[in-house]
Amino acid sequence: MSDKTATTGQPIFSPFNIVAGFILLVGGIITILRFTQGLDAVTNLSDDNPWGIWIGFDLLVGVALAAGGFVTSATVYIFGMKQYHAAVRPAILTGFLGYALVVLALHYDVGRPWRLPYPFIMQRGTTSLLFEVAACVALYLTVLFIEFSPAALEWLGLKRARDIVIKLTILLTIFGVVLSTLHQSSLGALFLIAPSKLHPLWYTPYLPIYFFVTAVIAGLSMVIFESSLSHRFFSHKMDAVHLAGKDTVPLGFGKAAALVLAGYFIIKVIGISAGNTWHYLATGYGAWYLVELFGFVALPAFLYAVGVRDKNITLIRWTAALTVVGIVVNRFNICLVAFNWHLPAGERYFPHWMEIGISVFIVTLGVVVYRFIVTRMPVLYEHPYDDVP
Amino acid sequence: MSLSRRQFLGWIGAAGTTAAAGSKATAATTHHFQGYPDAMAVLHDTTFCIGCRRCEGACNAVNELPAPEKPFTDLSVLENRRRTTSKAYTVVNQKPGNGSGPMFVKNQCNHCLEPACASVCFVKALTKSKEGAVVYDASVCVGCRYCMVACPFEIPTYEYDSAFSPRIMKCTMCHPRALEGKLPGCVDSCPTEALVFGKRDDLLKIARRRITRRTERYVDHIYGEREMGGTSWLYLSGVPFETIGMRMDLGVTPAPELTAGALGAVPMVVGLWPVLLTGIYAMSKRKEKIAAEEKALAVAEALTEADERAAAKLDATMEKAEQEKTAAVEKAVKEILTAEAKARAETEAAAAQDPQATGGNEKDA
Repeated sequence: MSDKTATTGQPIFSPFNIVAGFILLVGGIITILRFTQGLDAVTNLSDDNPWGIWIGFDLLVGVALAAGGFVTSATVYIFGMKQYHAAVRPAILTGFLGYALVVLALHYDVGRPWRLPYPFIMQRGTTSLLFEVAACVALYLTVLFIEFSPAALEWLGLKRARDIVIKLTILLTIFGVVLSTLHQSSLGALFLIAPSKLHPLWYTPYLPIYFFVTAVIAGLSMVIFESSLSHRFFSHKMDAVHLAGKDTVPLGFGKAAALVLAGYFIIKVIGISAGNTWHYLATGYGAWYLVELFGFVALPAFLYAVGVRDKNITLIRWTAALTVVGIVVNRFNICLVAFNWHLPAGERYFPHWMEIGISVFIVTLGVVVYRFIVTRMPVLYEHPYDDVP
Repeated sequence: MSLSRRQFLGWIGAAGTTAAAGSKATAATTHHFQGYPDAMAVLHDTTFCIGCRRCEGACNAVNELPAPEKPFTDLSVLENRRRTTSKAYTVVNQKPGNGSGPMFVKNQCNHCLEPACASVCFVKALTKSKEGAVVYDASVCVGCRYCMVACPFEIPTYEYDSAFSPRIMKCTMCHPRALEGKLPGCVDSCPTEALVFGKRDDLLKIARRRITRRTERYVDHIYGEREMGGTSWLYLSGVPFETIGMRMDLGVTPAPELTAGALGAVPMVVGLWPVLLTGIYAMSKRKEKIAAEEKALAVAEALTEADERAAAKLDATMEKAEQEKTAAVEKAVKEILTAEAKARAETEAAAAQDPQATGGNEKDA
């Protein structure tokens, strides 16, 4: 069942393969440059701007968008909303790939990647939020790997091993939610140390809470977004349950996203009040802040609500895309746009094209691996074992 | 023993369960860290600085940094604002003064009492020594550059051009020299006593005395006494500090306190989330169970009802069948009786006509 559709009817030089192959080739060349010539050769990082898009996009956005895994598994297994069960495996898979790619991207960004285990094995800097992020990401990547393993084990026909993992489902889900809460919020808390560098509109003690709430929004939206892409490109791999759930996920997750976005809008306004930063809204940065707040928080909340009320699946899907863009805007604002706002324009950061190249390379790698897995393993259909939870 | 215990705690820490337990960064206490006793510091009286750049040259020499493009005697570099780089731990900047010529200010690591860089280092490569310097251990540094993000004074720099052994580069307050009893290179080379090395407590007294004695010469502020919780470099100025490029909006909160709340929430989440989630899981399970039970009950009731209805129907059918049967029997009996009566009548009629034949018939029957 699984191999046939993957190979037949798809020529090697399909447009997808050509574009993906080209990106992977360029990415490979930049990779060689990065690891032989150093960061200077491929990035615009400087002493004033130590973090660029490899942190702003690959780490911050990557982790937020990979939140679909914990959001979906919690919805189904903890909150008991079984009607979304078909969405769990694709979400866990994208979550796992997302985190794996984040860790891969970090190898490019840090100066000595082979020392990444040092914070655990050499000296533990437990006063650092980055330590917490590192510990949680490492553990959560393991959790996601175990959570996804049943699909691989079913593919390999190892029923006994798979049954053992299935028994751990609830434990793993709870562990996953705890770890996600911690590191999603800690990514925001990373910036708490720098009130003198981050624009006051974005700097607030609520940053960790904002990051966690937006991660939930990102998770819900990514599941809708990915499921619409999957239904478009991989519907031949789906079983009847999955195909029947085509509208269930956008309607349910869209409603949840509308509510969480509305709550997020409220706590954002509370943040401005608590920090009493109203007067900054009248500045250029304030205008951009309002674009983020109304264009990427209030608007998608409204559009999701309308889409759910009218059962307009197309609108919900476009809103999911808009929300995902909003998450990118938010993370870029905090890490790049509003960070170092006090510096003169000439000392600000703009990514080198090769930095963008590596980010595109890593996303492409994710798409290729996802495609490889869903065309082979039981992700979009249920394996004919009768006791899938 | 102590190693194994530390290792054990470390693994617990790595598991994320007590990530903040070993932390000194505790919020909401009355404790205020004043620096290590007798720790050394430097007082930079900018009113004495003549912008000769000898400190830069000395720093370059004692730290064995690469030679700059322009020699240290070239004062034209002062025209542009400069920052520390991986090849220069210290830079002197020229600022317009208050009418009596330009002002100069030396810039280098301020060696905070509670450094932001050290608190955010996830591998403890940066530490505050009890002698006063914030020192760096390149042998464990991963190169995440969070220290550079965190530093409010924008001091740490990175060797971006090194592929295999990039390091964070910053002033060490000549910690190795201080351990040998020598002055920091810059202080040693300063021709005007714009730099004074000594115990921080003593330097604060000196600075305060200078301000009180010559109120017309100084603004009434010792920069570094309280900024970011206090630093080991202290500054005096004749003009407001903003005008010589020093930020006055950093506040007096030591950097670790900025993240203490977030770190403190970690054990709470670890402790409470599983309870909350298990509770929600139990509730949804219970709801499911009740729903299943109700369903089973409803099914059972429906079945019973159906059974009863079926039984009743069966009874009715049976009764009807019985009645029909009885009716049919009665009808059949009646028919037979009728037929018999009819036959008898016929026979009688025939007998009436032919008594002999009738007698024969009776014998057959």
